[in-house]
Parts: sequence; structure tokens; C-alpha cells
Amino acid sequence: MSLTETSIKTSDAPLGRDDLARLVAKDIAPGSFVNLGIGQPTLVSNYLTEEQNITLHTENGMLGMGPEATGDDIDGDLINAGKIPVTELPGASYFHHADSFAIMRGGHLDICVLGAFQVSATGDLANWHTGAPGAIPAVGGAMDLATGAKDVFVMMTLLTREGASKIVDACTYPVTGVGCVTRVYTDKAVFLTGPDGVTVRETFGITLEELQELVPVPLKAAAAVGLQDQAAP
Amino acid sequence: MLNFVDSVQAAVAGIKDGSTVMIGGFGNAGQPFELIDALLDCGATDLTVVNNNAGQGDQGLALLIKEGRVKKMICSFPRQSDSWHFDAKYKAGEIELELVPQGNLAERIRAAGAGIGGFFTPTGYGTTLAEGKETRFLDGKWQVFETPIHADVALIKALKADGKGNLVYRKTARNFGPIMAAAAKQTIVQVADIVPTGALDPENVVTPGIYVNTVVKVAGSGSAAEKAA
Repeated sequence: MSLTETSIKTSDAPLGRDDLARLVAKDIAPGSFVNLGIGQPTLVSNYLTEEQNITLHTENGMLGMGPEATGDDIDGDLINAGKIPVTELPGASYFHHADSFAIMRGGHLDICVLGAFQVSATGDLANWHTGAPGAIPAVGGAMDLATGAKDVFVMMTLLTREGASKIVDACTYPVTGVGCVTRVYTDKAVFLTGPDGVTVRETFGITLEELQELVPVPLKAAAAVGLQDQAAP
Repeated sequence: MLNFVDSVQAAVAGIKDGSTVMIGGFGNAGQPFELIDALLDCGATDLTVVNNNAGQGDQGLALLIKEGRVKKMICSFPRQSDSWHFDAKYKAGEIELELVPQGNLAERIRAAGAGIGGFFTPTGYGTTLAEGKETRFLDGKWQVFETPIHADVALIKALKADGKGNLVYRKTARNFGPIMAAAAKQTIVQVADIVPTGALDPENVVTPGIYVNTVVKVAGSGSAAEKAA
């Protein structure tokens, strides 16, 4: 297999946040139960279609969460995990916090989508704490989501502002979960992570060879190893 | 023994210095603001408080922290854009923090109410929050031993109580209410309405009255606007 393999380049330019959210949404199997993390992952909900019949979970105690509430629909008793007022869809249900986390921790959610500071070659996730001296730590539901969902998707830019890869050999930030991330969606490529290392499903505006120069872990091309994802666009 | 009292002051009057107090709510939803205000006024201090957060803005739990009544917070997410009172106390070394992943927080509270002495969970394995805790390889995964969180008192908010103390909640304001009610020795509930016994459909009761000790009606119990009225 040659690293000059370019057939997995599916876009001539890096993907913007919305294009990336659209891609994640498209990859979610119909009928899935999904938890979208705070921040960039929330954008995914804008691109889920009615035909997909996705049920959104929010860890503060609801399945069947609808879009953000506006105007007269704003109700202080109906908020999401980011404490934003939301709406309920027909068929929604409410439950207390221990039941809500049992849904997560018991492996009932199909997918959760999270942001990250770093993901390691074997799928360790760091997204809760910079570990900086004096920083006040806050974890929320991140560790439960990371270990509980059947699939953990990460959405992030590939590089930090300083140009360092967020896909790393081993996380230097405190980890949220060990070996839990299954896919990483970035502006430059989609990566599949697991015990066997990192496979690149597709790249955006960059060849695999150029990508390898940015990422300090060995990359395999999905097409070349027969792992091309069926759900890929 | 179930009591119905006429004021939030009477409801919290028995809370002693040094108590562990669970406070319901996630964000503002389900926060028993009036009971927290009464706790502040009653002067109880040296408290350990269990809540998902550590106070927001200049109200409720944030004020209790500001006034130095809280020696320890057990929570999952203290740092927020408007958690300045907690942030100041924490940076000054004037408040202790036990940071707990949110699912562990909920399950440890549930365990206390259910008489469970502890449990193993994969959450947190391999992280700094599991340091020093017993681990076992169970069901194909490394798991961490977690202990129950008991409390002397729970302050929670529900929508309605009936004459037996049965409770129903509203939407995502339910959050920690049912599990805290079961975990505390004394559960104090503020409700928007008290209805006659028999008026709640037994199929819809969320917290059975056995877990409830004190009920106080707070008119329009909820939003800041209603609170001011």
C-alpha cells in the first residue's frame, strides 16, 4: 500500500464546521439514539433529516429532544445539557438523572458526538480538563458519555491554533476515557480509531501523504485496507 | 413523618451546622431557589452541599457559597461562565471540591437511597478522577469502585404534592429530585401546588410520599419573575 494513495480525497478543500456537521449527520444510521455534546457537536442536529428518525438524548433527563426553543416556546423547565431552552418532539419522554445516565452508562445510546482537545492513536479521549495549574476542573457527563455509548464520534479541527496535531500518539492532556473513540471527524480528514491504530476514511483538500506529515502517528488508508465505511458519502 | 408547613423558613428550620445538604436542580430547572434562600437566612454553616453545579450568578447556591456557609462542594460541573462566587472561594482555598463525573454523581446518590454499599463502573477508569480507587476487570472492562453519597437533608422542587407527599415533576426540572429524595434522611420539597390525596393518578406518581418529610407550597414556584412577584 502506498501512502500516495489519493482516491480517498473526497473534497478539494478543508470542510467548514457546517459541512462537517452535515457529514456526521449523514453517517448516523436511521433509527439511532444519539447524544450530541455541547458546542460544535450540537450543529449536527441541524442536518438530521426526518427520514432518519433519530432520537436525541439529553443527559439532564429527556429523550426526544427537539430544536432550540424560541419566543413563546421558551420554558425554563425544558432545557438541554448546555442549559439552553429546547422543545419536545411527539414521543418524547422525561426521566430522572440516574435513569438518564443509566441510558448512557448501560450502553443503550448508539452514538455520542463530542468535542476534544486530543485523541490518541488507540482512541483515548481528552476533552475535560487542560490540567493547567489553577484551572478549575469540571467534568459533567463527559466521562459517562465517553465510556457508555456504543460509538463515540469526535468532532474537532485537526490542528491546534499553534499548528500541532490533536491526533497524538498519547494524550498529554488528562484523559476522559481510555480507548473509547471510534471515529474522528476533522476539517482535513475522517479518522477511524481503535486498538489497531488510525485509519483514514477520507481526506478533504489534502492528500494522505500531506496528512501524514501533519499527524505524528502512522496512518493507513481505508480503501487500501478494505475498511471503506459503507455510510460514507 | 410527613409535615406540611406554611413557610420556607419553617421548612428549613431544623437544618444544623455541619449538615450534608443535597440540592436539586440542573441549571435553573428544578432548583428550589426559595428553600435555598431560606437556608441562607437561617444561618446554618459548615455545610457540605451536593448539587450538579456550584452556583450561578448572584442567587441561590452561589450566595450560600459567597457567604462562606459551604465548606465542601460535591458536584460534576462547578466552572461556568457565571460561577464567580465558587471560582473566588476555590482559588482562595476556602472551599473543598469533590469533583464527580455526572453519571457517578447520580448513581452514587441513587445507591445511597437504595441501600447499596457501592458499585463498580467503567466511568472514569484510567482518569485522574479514579486515582486511588479500587479497580476490577469485570464484564470485559476495567471498572472503578464508587461509594454512595448520603445526605442529612435534601432540598428539592417538584410541581405538585398530594396529601400523602407523593410528587410529580415538570419536564427536565425532574433531574435530581427523585434520587435525592430517596438518599436524604430528611427530604424537604417546595411545590407549586398541593392537591388533595387521590388527585394524582397513582400511575403518574414519580416520587412516592415515603421519601418525603416536609412539603411547602411556594406560589408560582419557578421562574425569577414569579419569584419576585
